[in-house]
Amino acid sequence: MALRATHRDAGQSTVVDLSGKITLGEGSALLRKTVRGLLDEKRTHIVLNLADVDYIDSSGIGELVSGFTTVRSVGGELKLLHLTKRVHDILQITRLFTVFDVQNDESNAVRSFKP
Amino acid sequence: MGTDPKHLEITLETQVESVNLAEEMCLRVAEAAGFGEDDCYKIGMSVREGVINAFHYGNQERPEKKIHLAVDLTGDKMIIHVLDEGTGFTLSNVPDPLAEENLLSTSGRGIFLMRAFMDEFDVVPGRTGGAEIVMAKKLPLQENPGTNGQGNKGATPPQGA
Repeated sequence: MALRATHRDAGQSTVVDLSGKITLGEGSALLRKTVRGLLDEKRTHIVLNLADVDYIDSSGIGELVSGFTTVRSVGGELKLLHLTKRVHDILQITRLFTVFDVQNDESNAVRSFKP
Repeated sequence: MGTDPKHLEITLETQVESVNLAEEMCLRVAEAAGFGEDDCYKIGMSVREGVINAFHYGNQERPEKKIHLAVDLTGDKMIIHVLDEGTGFTLSNVPDPLAEENLLSTSGRGIFLMRAFMDEFDVVPGRTGGAEIVMAKKLPLQENPGTNGQGNKGATPPQGA
């Protein structure tokens, strides 16, 4: 299933609801475009809701890392919300669980940004 | 699927669509061979990563080059070969993506994932001069087929009789 991305404001933060696969090609490209579009709008507190993402390959992982470092480079933060088991396991074995701020509750995720 | 050796081969174009095509083909073989959902996911992901590696690093995304995918089903495992037309590489030279200095790298996790998901993994010099990834997953243990559709139930005499 192709990746879909919609975003909504949550106070000073933006929650991006993703569904489908984050893989080489359109999926990774859409994630990149979405994050960069938010940064262009000065939305630098970003929560990626991955509740409906059950598949991610190395290209998708790379895009998550790229998003994380790009947002951080402009003084913002990118957090991950509601990981499915497979995405959780991939982040665990690649040690990226220690890099990302992974949240299980949206309101906590939104509140956890540094002012 | 029986235990007779089976061999499938396909030549793929160096394009993004080949990644999905290769994954789908191998998933069908894996399902027919009796692998469960989790193993199918791991096999599919490994094939995907192998073809991405050939597409991007091996063939440098050059459309005139091909990717050669082969699948062998032996009596005890499914073996997958992914051969590119690049210049080859040495496995020991691939950076460790778990090293602290590589954690924030945006690439370089494909080999790691294949190693993690498959039972056997190696990279050898291919006949094209490129790299050939060879990886295998052991077939799931299957019960001896019975004539009553109950597997091997009743194949051994009751204990203590």
